[in-house]
Amino acid sequence: MTTTVADVSEEGTDSPYALSHLDALESEAVHIFREVAGEFERPVVLFSGGKDSIVMLHLALKAFAPAAVPFSLLHVDTGHNFPEVLEYRDRTVKKHGLRLHVASVQDYIDRGVLKERPDGTRNPLQTLPLTEKIQAERFDAVFGGGRRDEEKARAKERVFSLRDEFSQWDPRRQRPELWNLYNGRHAPGEHVRVFPLSNWTELDVWQYIAREGIELPEIYFAHEREVFQRAGMWLTAGGWGGPKGGESVEKRQVRYRTVGDMSCTGAVDSDATTLDAVIAEIAASRLTERGATRADDKMSEAAMEDRKREGYF
Amino acid sequence: MTSTAEPTVPLSVEQLSETTLLRFATAGSVDDGKSTLVGRLLHDSKSVLTDQLEAVEHASRNRGQDTPDLALLTDGLRAEREQGITIDVAYRYFATARRRFILADTPGHVQYTRNMVTGASTAELTVVLVDARNGVVEQTRRHAAIAALLRVPHVVLAVNKMDLIEYKESVFAAIAEEFTAYASELGVPEITAIPISALVGDNVVDPSANMDWYGGPTFLEHLETVPVSHDLTTCHARLPVQYVIRPQTAEHPDYRGYAGQIAAGAFRVGEAVTVLPSGRTSRISGIDLLGEPVDVAWTTQSVTVLLEDDVDISRGDLLVPTKDAPATTQDVEATVCHVADAPLTIGHRVLLKHGTRTVKAIVKDIPSRLTLDDLSLHPHPGHLVANDIGRVKIRTAEPLPVDSYADSRRTGSFILIDPSDGTTLTAGMVGESFASPEPVKAEADDDGWDF
Repeated sequence: MTTTVADVSEEGTDSPYALSHLDALESEAVHIFREVAGEFERPVVLFSGGKDSIVMLHLALKAFAPAAVPFSLLHVDTGHNFPEVLEYRDRTVKKHGLRLHVASVQDYIDRGVLKERPDGTRNPLQTLPLTEKIQAERFDAVFGGGRRDEEKARAKERVFSLRDEFSQWDPRRQRPELWNLYNGRHAPGEHVRVFPLSNWTELDVWQYIAREGIELPEIYFAHEREVFQRAGMWLTAGGWGGPKGGESVEKRQVRYRTVGDMSCTGAVDSDATTLDAVIAEIAASRLTERGATRADDKMSEAAMEDRKREGYF
Repeated sequence: MTSTAEPTVPLSVEQLSETTLLRFATAGSVDDGKSTLVGRLLHDSKSVLTDQLEAVEHASRNRGQDTPDLALLTDGLRAEREQGITIDVAYRYFATARRRFILADTPGHVQYTRNMVTGASTAELTVVLVDARNGVVEQTRRHAAIAALLRVPHVVLAVNKMDLIEYKESVFAAIAEEFTAYASELGVPEITAIPISALVGDNVVDPSANMDWYGGPTFLEHLETVPVSHDLTTCHARLPVQYVIRPQTAEHPDYRGYAGQIAAGAFRVGEAVTVLPSGRTSRISGIDLLGEPVDVAWTTQSVTVLLEDDVDISRGDLLVPTKDAPATTQDVEATVCHVADAPLTIGHRVLLKHGTRTVKAIVKDIPSRLTLDDLSLHPHPGHLVANDIGRVKIRTAEPLPVDSYADSRRTGSFILIDPSDGTTLTAGMVGESFASPEPVKAEADDDGWDF
């Protein structure tokens, strides 16, 4: 990577010391990783094999190089994950010699602790396995890939977000964040969710992936896939619960803008097979990432806010 | 209201390349039209996406409004929607071909001084919004004072609702002059006044056809061109050590790197450095910029510094040039904004976080409280309550290498923390409250009301 000194604007206002926006965001994220390493006992990085968590891991590797990342990884497995993504996850863990914890929604359903929803969506079921894993492993800092541009309730999220022993988020208990002085103090049993990508947008993430040459699971690029339409989205056909009565499968050229549970992650029609093509497509798109592809955020206007309070992101 | 069914405008190639980043903050009350200004900025700069706009149109119809209420773009939490107010700092993101923006959107209600302080703490520019019909009011003065206290380098006075005063130049000029005189007295270094109508869209993104007399930049043009970095040659270089990197592998048996984000100035390989508070000295043998060796690095790059000698350095230490080291002290005098619900009292035992170091401390004295409306000082208030600004004297358990906040926003600032529950109590700025005033220029240049 070379540091790009931003172009001097035509007025000549920016000094050669102005960092480019990607360098500024990268430096800020690295600072956040190092703060947590310095102040917490047992940090963990949520890693799903989705692009945001991949970028988080890349930044963590840079923050501590040439030493190893001083954190383990945690994946909340809904049981409906894309096989390409699980394969990527396992390969990445092995490549960097990291330790992976898995909290499995399927286990909870098999044990009768959680019940399958009639619509087959498992994203809302992730909260309990995640919370109990955090408690059992006594993680005191949990890195998430959440970005404040994703959705209105997240616009008010802190970089260091305090959670009680039920992982609950109380907007009125969040601390003001002044300058870059993060306050991670918490009581035993509480933990802090940390969002190093808070100030990144979807486009920043993609531009950074392109600049750094980061490898992604193939489903982010255009490919032929058997899909069916539900609630205005193209969903992947499969044993998780579709297609059902009246829905029909067709072969389409699609890609995913975001990767989550198969039951609620929609694909978009696309012929973007390269990073540059993906970036150009996103830049021209007039739909937000979640609006286009996430059924779970459409549940209600306040859906995200409610789920954050419960301890989901 | 512009039609919302606009054709997609693909971003240009420039927009996809790397640009600079401006962090700015807004201050203003619900009545001044701040949410409308932010909504207009996002909408007219094509930063609002189809589904967000659909949601706003839907919500506006439900409220019986016949045009989309752009203010709804920025209303977040349910509690706020129910009360029709905003209760916290919200961060918004947008981009143009020339620059990326992070906006700290802060409510301007009197109770929310702490939110404005929070937003301004990371901002390089603050927007103070006034209603052209009311001119400079108490709250405007409060906003100017906060921008001055937090040493925000650039202030924009957005005179809104020009459509309601028939776009009269004389009204705008009088407000601009009054505000500029006041803010200059407080030492605000750079003030730009812009006449706008957020509701109609005058001078927000597009130049106004209704104000031919105004020759300056639109609000967005100004945001795109204001300088985002300063001359580093006059800054004291400072690196708070966050973490010591020691791989202890066969490949790197002796690597010992001091990782941190440069808080001010620049460091060079070969430079003599001093470690504070110990006072030990060494020389920089290498700088690692996230995997790439460099000869020089500057604020706000995250780096790893290697030294010629094995010096005992740990998290919380500060690396400084030997020729430019701050004094260390256990007696810190500062201007503070109290941000917690419980009051700050004399004798309060607290933790003080400065850079990467957290030390025990005790509040020795609270000499005065400052009223922002008229800048009057109230001696010996005894305590500070939430949203109070005041002077405090703090004694720390260990010596700290603090700078004056006027010299360095990152190494002149600190927070106080309650040791019992971890609450952030107070935001502190070391040294004098206000900069000495710049002499007010008598003649406006013809570059758009930049008095």
